[in-house]
Amino acid sequence: MSTSPLVKRVPRLVLVGVRTHVSYMSRSPLEITFAVLVPLVYATLAVYLFRAAGDPDRLLTASVGAGLMGIWGSVLFGSGGAVQNQRWLGTLETLVVAPTPLALVLLPITLATTVIGTYAMGATVLWGVLLFDVPLDFAHPLLFLVAVPVCVLALGMMGLLLAATFVLLRNANALANPLDTPVWLLSGLLVPVTVLPAWTHPVSWALPTTWGARAVHAATSGGDVVAPLLAAVALGAGYALAAVLVLGRVERRARAAATLALT
Amino acid sequence: MLAIEADALRRTYTSRTGWPKSRRTETDAVRGVTFEVAPGELFGLLGPNGAGKTTTIKMLNTLLLPTSGTARVFGHDVARDPVAVRRRIGYVFGGDRGLYDRLSALDNLRYFAELYGVGARDQKRRIAELLDLVGLTGREKERVEGYSRGMRQRLHIARGLLHRPDVLFLDEPSIGVDPVAARDLRRTVADLAAAGTTVLLTTHYMAEADELCDRIAVIAGGRIRALGTPDSLKSLVKERDVLEVEAYGVDEERLDRLRRVPGVRGVSAEDRGALQIVTVQTGRGAAELHGPVLAALDGVRIGRVTSREPSLEDAYIAIVEEAAGGTPQEVVPA
Repeated sequence: MSTSPLVKRVPRLVLVGVRTHVSYMSRSPLEITFAVLVPLVYATLAVYLFRAAGDPDRLLTASVGAGLMGIWGSVLFGSGGAVQNQRWLGTLETLVVAPTPLALVLLPITLATTVIGTYAMGATVLWGVLLFDVPLDFAHPLLFLVAVPVCVLALGMMGLLLAATFVLLRNANALANPLDTPVWLLSGLLVPVTVLPAWTHPVSWALPTTWGARAVHAATSGGDVVAPLLAAVALGAGYALAAVLVLGRVERRARAAATLALT
Repeated sequence: MLAIEADALRRTYTSRTGWPKSRRTETDAVRGVTFEVAPGELFGLLGPNGAGKTTTIKMLNTLLLPTSGTARVFGHDVARDPVAVRRRIGYVFGGDRGLYDRLSALDNLRYFAELYGVGARDQKRRIAELLDLVGLTGREKERVEGYSRGMRQRLHIARGLLHRPDVLFLDEPSIGVDPVAARDLRRTVADLAAAGTTVLLTTHYMAEADELCDRIAVIAGGRIRALGTPDSLKSLVKERDVLEVEAYGVDEERLDRLRRVPGVRGVSAEDRGALQIVTVQTGRGAAELHGPVLAALDGVRIGRVTSREPSLEDAYIAIVEEAAGGTPQEVVPA
């Protein structure tokens, strides 16, 4: 059987992997219900919060922020859940026993969760327009269309690093839950990080989500989009590199600790 | 070069319980297993639940690191060079899990073909070949969740063969599969071995092992208790006769009473609905023990009593029972 060199087959591997996992995730009625409803709940809450705070001019920011929260939720639970799901399905072992580096096995799973999560942005903005008459007055509409996928990708790279650690944990979901709110709070997905205590700022700066969110918000309501976007890309790449580096060790530890299977 | 070499393989599982003071528990699943498998050989690993069969397979297929000892697949060390090992092996396990059941068989095979590095140009042909081999042609576009256990098992085998592995690890592939599907599965495995694929098979089914395997290792308590051809294993019990008693309601106390009957070498019971088949291994001349055996079963309803020649299953039971009693069985030369 002819086998292609790894470098040449990476694009196809990623493409087929993303397609496979998006198809798989989009065929669960329960997952679809959550994916559809949660961002809409976020959007409704955000709009009411901004209105109550006497900030009705920033309703689009609220909708976009809720969309970012939805994407983060999808990546976080998607990556953690994906590894855990593979474990439940008994496919984690068949994935690990394949002669493809684990990073390239997990990357399409993480990217698939971001693809599913991107829906959240469209849904929250549309929800705001239809239900709350939120005006679509983007400061930089074209840059918004660039900033969202880049932000999603940066989040995906963070998801890859999370997925790497979740390989080691039989109960990965337990770690995913407490990471949900702190990360969207620290990243300024809904409210600016400047309103948080100063000691939290270094943590915020280290998260690609912070810069991705800053770029998306700037594209929505004005400000510099390119610089935070580049920062998000650079940090995302750093996280991806870290994931690749730790995955080799993580896989070996998982083989030593016998955490690839449920039993 | 040997296909598989296992040398003094050991695996200890460590678990922690309790909080904040955690207690560490160590379980020795495999305690120094040594065997070799030649290229093209069909090698069976037989043993009761918890004997260490799956742990041994998982060390050989790189999913688990050995605690000590070494193993090689076609010369590649499973601990140090896992990717080289993975290129040459296929892994198939029994049961319902291990597939994306909301996807079609075709989608499953396409995805795994990418992961196993099957070239884009070869994929279509290879997948069609395998669907044909496992008898799923025409059903490949259906979702796996609608498949029977036997169909899933056949799809598992197709997945494990996508990259034409030199060594195929089959971990209890026929578990829960109906007799017709199991027969088809045996035929597929025999064809693979005939075509030169080295197969390491674990199973509970003696007939399967007897029919398929060139050599068999019986593993119990994490150690190999006997190793040889099916015939040489059977010869371990050639000096025995077997009494089979159909009974209803035999309890553990009566089985113990049976074991204490002079001349009885081994006892096992198998439930078949309300009926139990009690198998009593004796020395030569089982007819003389009819009376004492039936006396030991006093108080339960007895059906037919027959005596027969010992089978591989009897040899297996003898080996495992002796292992449980702490007497290691002598290894039989192949």
